[in-house]
Amino acid sequence: MIWASWSDFFSMGGYGFYVWGSYLVAFACIAGEIALVFNRKRTLLKHLSLIHESTKEEKRNETTS
Amino acid sequence: MLPVQPIGCNSLNMSLWVIQRDLLLAMRRRADVLTTLFFFIIVVSLFPLGVGPEINMLRTMAPGVVWVAALLASMLSLGRMFSSDYLDGTLEQMLLSPQSLSMLVLGKALAHWLVTGVPLVLMSPVLGLQYDLSTEALLVLTASLLLGTPVLSLIGAIGAALTLGLRGGGVLVSLLVLPLYIPVLIFGAGAVEASAAGLGAGAHLSLLGAFLLVSLVLAPWAAAVSLRISME
Amino acid sequence: MAINWFNYSSPASFYFLAGKMIPPFTIAATILFAVGLYIGFFVAPTDFQQGEAYRIIFIHVPAAWMSMFLYVMMAIWAGIGLAFNTRLSSMMATAIAPTGAMFTFLALWTGALWGKPMWGAWWVWDARLTSELILLFLYIGFMSLQAAIDDPRRADKAGAVIALVGVVNIPIIYFSVKWWNTLHQGASVSITQSPKMATTMLTGMLIMSIACWMYAIAVILMRTRTIILERERHTAWVGELQGATK
Repeated sequence: MIWASWSDFFSMGGYGFYVWGSYLVAFACIAGEIALVFNRKRTLLKHLSLIHESTKEEKRNETTS
Repeated sequence: MLPVQPIGCNSLNMSLWVIQRDLLLAMRRRADVLTTLFFFIIVVSLFPLGVGPEINMLRTMAPGVVWVAALLASMLSLGRMFSSDYLDGTLEQMLLSPQSLSMLVLGKALAHWLVTGVPLVLMSPVLGLQYDLSTEALLVLTASLLLGTPVLSLIGAIGAALTLGLRGGGVLVSLLVLPLYIPVLIFGAGAVEASAAGLGAGAHLSLLGAFLLVSLVLAPWAAAVSLRISME
Repeated sequence: MAINWFNYSSPASFYFLAGKMIPPFTIAATILFAVGLYIGFFVAPTDFQQGEAYRIIFIHVPAAWMSMFLYVMMAIWAGIGLAFNTRLSSMMATAIAPTGAMFTFLALWTGALWGKPMWGAWWVWDARLTSELILLFLYIGFMSLQAAIDDPRRADKAGAVIALVGVVNIPIIYFSVKWWNTLHQGASVSITQSPKMATTMLTGMLIMSIACWMYAIAVILMRTRTIILERERHTAWVGELQGATK
């Protein structure tokens, strides 16, 4: 373990702002991208299920009327 | 309908015919030609107002400014390359013609160059004087523009063909095509700077010539493929 | 034994195949990220020249490699889609673009944050950083062209043409920018003499690159599945899928 203490680790030899700045943005980009993909799929599935519901409704009306 | 009937209908005559036809159409709407030229002049004249009249700085900036203005001017008029034919349906007829579509697109691109590129080339020495360029630098600037502007039209033809009939096509074509213009810009502006620094512009101009030859061969083919895709 | 190349090229069968492939890649990515970061921060020694700031390399270099690698992959899939008219290949190309653009932005961001302590400037017109910026423009051009075209088939093919034209131009752009950079700035500021890579640094960087690669595969497969659903919404198998989940 080359770091004396946790605070030493976070200060990163004085360059903490730059190192953590880049790693935080990296983590944010990755997390953001995953969230976007999941969101896109969720809205699509919701949209598809609405269509599915309405088509089932129409079929039921046609058969009953 | 046309004053001169195409003689033998091989591909070369086809592209010559397209050039002649487009020049004829351009001459009828002379305003379009002048708008591009005036845009070029205004943009080049704007920089000293923004940057200040200090002559040494202007002299070093001149090639870059003139080249970026030429890039923007030729790109603005890219939309018109196919749109008028696309709207009135002649483009579909052209697609059906037995001659090779690439030669036709080559004709279109060269016509676009004649209408927009050549006026810029002729005007650039005058604008160079505005930036107090030496006569030798002016010569190299004009030569680099003469070699570079056809490349802009040829690569632009691909962008114009891809964005045919799209809403917001004008802005989109600039997004597609500007990254591809960067090598031409670097060596075009670099030629003048190298000659000013005494290194001689031979290397730059020959590279611009290489870009021209490569794009003369590849760009029409790629634009033809793009046209077929857009017109499906 | 004739290999049936086109067995998995039908979107329906690929949808389920991709579904099975995503978990292993996600697990591999998380493990490799953990190991890579551990090596990067706890095993790799302090660099005598740059102190601790060099640790940004463990995310900067993998992101730059991935951005170029993904652009080439995008162009290959787009080319296959254009040549063989296989819709799935074009869907893959469309799915790769956002991840590639993300890695390019990441490479630029971490490059700027690394440049500030090292050379005192957020942005250095170095050949590689400039080419990375132009690569970002190429990605944005591809994505905006595909977004502007409504008909998916035309969007795929138009995207394929611009991707192929772009990939042909990348070496030209890189060498002209490199040539332009050396002419103006000379070698005063250059990343070429990167710190002599101690083995642990190198292994850390390689592990992080593979981790980014695994991550990219997982995300791209997820996005491809979504695109497949979007484009096959009218087909029967999506209907059944829909009915099954209800």
